[in-house]
Amino acid sequence: MADDDETPPLMQRILDNPFILLFLGVAVPAVLYLIWGIMEIISIPVAG
Amino acid sequence: MAEQFRTCPDTGLKIHLPAQALMKANAVAAVVFLLIGGIYGLMVGLTRWPAVHLLPADWFYLTLTAHGLNVLIFWMIFFEIALLYFVSSVLLGCRLATPKIGWVAFGLMVVGALLNNYIVLTGTSSVMMTSYVPMEAHPLFYLSLILFAVGALIGCFIFFGTLVIAKAEKTYEGSVSLVTFGGITAAIIAVFTIVSGAIILIPTLLWSLGFIADIDSLAYRLIWWGFGHSSQQINVSAHIAVWYAIAAIVFGAKPMSEKVSRMAFLMYILFLQIASVHHLLADPGMSSEFKMFNTSYAMYLAVMASMVHGLTVPGSIEAAQRAKGFNSGLFEWLRRTPWGNPTFSGMFISLVGFGFLGGISGVVMGAEQINVLMHNTLYVPGHFHATVVIGSTLAFMALTYWLVPVLFRREIVMKGLASWQPYLFGFGMTGVALFLMGAGTLGVPRRHWDITFSMTGGIVHEFPAAANTLLALNGLSVLLAVIGGAAFCVIIVASLLFGRKLGDEEKLDPPIMASQPADADYVGIGKFGSTVPGTLVLALVFFVSFALYYFINWKYLAETWGIS
Repeated sequence: MADDDETPPLMQRILDNPFILLFLGVAVPAVLYLIWGIMEIISIPVAG
Repeated sequence: MAEQFRTCPDTGLKIHLPAQALMKANAVAAVVFLLIGGIYGLMVGLTRWPAVHLLPADWFYLTLTAHGLNVLIFWMIFFEIALLYFVSSVLLGCRLATPKIGWVAFGLMVVGALLNNYIVLTGTSSVMMTSYVPMEAHPLFYLSLILFAVGALIGCFIFFGTLVIAKAEKTYEGSVSLVTFGGITAAIIAVFTIVSGAIILIPTLLWSLGFIADIDSLAYRLIWWGFGHSSQQINVSAHIAVWYAIAAIVFGAKPMSEKVSRMAFLMYILFLQIASVHHLLADPGMSSEFKMFNTSYAMYLAVMASMVHGLTVPGSIEAAQRAKGFNSGLFEWLRRTPWGNPTFSGMFISLVGFGFLGGISGVVMGAEQINVLMHNTLYVPGHFHATVVIGSTLAFMALTYWLVPVLFRREIVMKGLASWQPYLFGFGMTGVALFLMGAGTLGVPRRHWDITFSMTGGIVHEFPAAANTLLALNGLSVLLAVIGGAAFCVIIVASLLFGRKLGDEEKLDPPIMASQPADADYVGIGKFGSTVPGTLVLALVFFVSFALYYFINWKYLAETWGIS
């Protein structure tokens, strides 16, 4: 129980870990912007 | 190891000497490239002024390329690397990770920036900052940007390494400070930015060398804007960290809510970069789902974060001022701020200009429907002169006045001119932003040398006469801003060369670091049932302006495309 009290909340542990933030900050825009965007472009039919 | 540190007598900050040397080098390089880019900017502004029309077409595009890269990339990133080293090593009171590699990174950035200026000046790479394919620049143009980006990426990882050192050596307790957290946000966005740049610039270099036959122009635009627009989001995160820092430095202000401010920075980390999509809103190859999710939905979470920062920074200043006794009425706290201190005035003009001009215009451009009113017009440079120049550049200038005595141990010279400098630069650049946005609303294109379309083989289009007036007013505003920018460069260079040397133990008078009001001083502050009523009134004015301007643009759209 004492350990539970000393463990910071999950959100604070995420905010205190720059490498988790780095992963999120690269992965989210990479998926939503770069990968989704490239998928849109390669799905454009090639002109006959 | 102890001799590698000194303690700043003015701030009590423990400064790692190898880190200090690197911060100085990066900051000086930043000011040099600001000066170079500013000179190019003057020539661009005078060419856009129809009655002056200074440069011929080829020189205009060369100058526009050099202006964009020097101020949007080199000045900003050099300053931000100095800032990252400061918010990690100095604010956490630890040694900087691998200073020797820091010098390698600095060397790569200097070589990249100089090589880029050289190759642009040869006239072989007048492709503007965006360098859209199939326009082809000299291979050294792409190589120079890659070298610069690699140096900046190394700088970012030195920053992350310094965070690890600070944690391992327990130089701080609990969480890092909010200013350092803002630095983490900027560094994370920088990593995404630079990776995007590498993904597109390396193949483009190979294409320019003949090793790759073709680069898809739409894919280029998509990935390039992951680099080009995200690089401006590094600036936003960094300048907001600077706002929080200056509120603490000048007023001893503490954040209204650390949790809320950190969550706002988290929104930046997750969603700010995808605002890049607004550059693609007129591209036919991308679906509306892609455009709207990234702009009208996800980007608004980042916009909300900006509004949180725009509320909490002046709110924290108001609370600190009220705690110090300036508690009468709505705005005594604001009237009694040190308007002659360029560190404060620069920061405050940055905050207001970024919010009212840059923020509102950014949201308007980020809506797919009304974006078509101003897409690729002068409205776009008008918007980013409000965000990057009034917002970021002015905030960085403001902090520099404080950093000169702290890092360089020199007293600022020409203090009278320094107290005016943020106003000259800020109001000049406000004119630039407003008049460019005005001309853009009238449809004036952003990339054309001559609005009469001479030398285009018969294209005829007459803009409303007001466009000429707006471009002339823009030219006058450029002159005012350049005077302000030149004053900054002169003051800083003169201070570094001729400013009185401060002794190792000497404290400046008046102090450059305000004391924090005690918790008891905050008890009972505020008026009209609110702790910070003045800030709430300013926020209300902002929201009304935001809503009015947003709907005015929908009205313009309705007039452009009548429904019958």
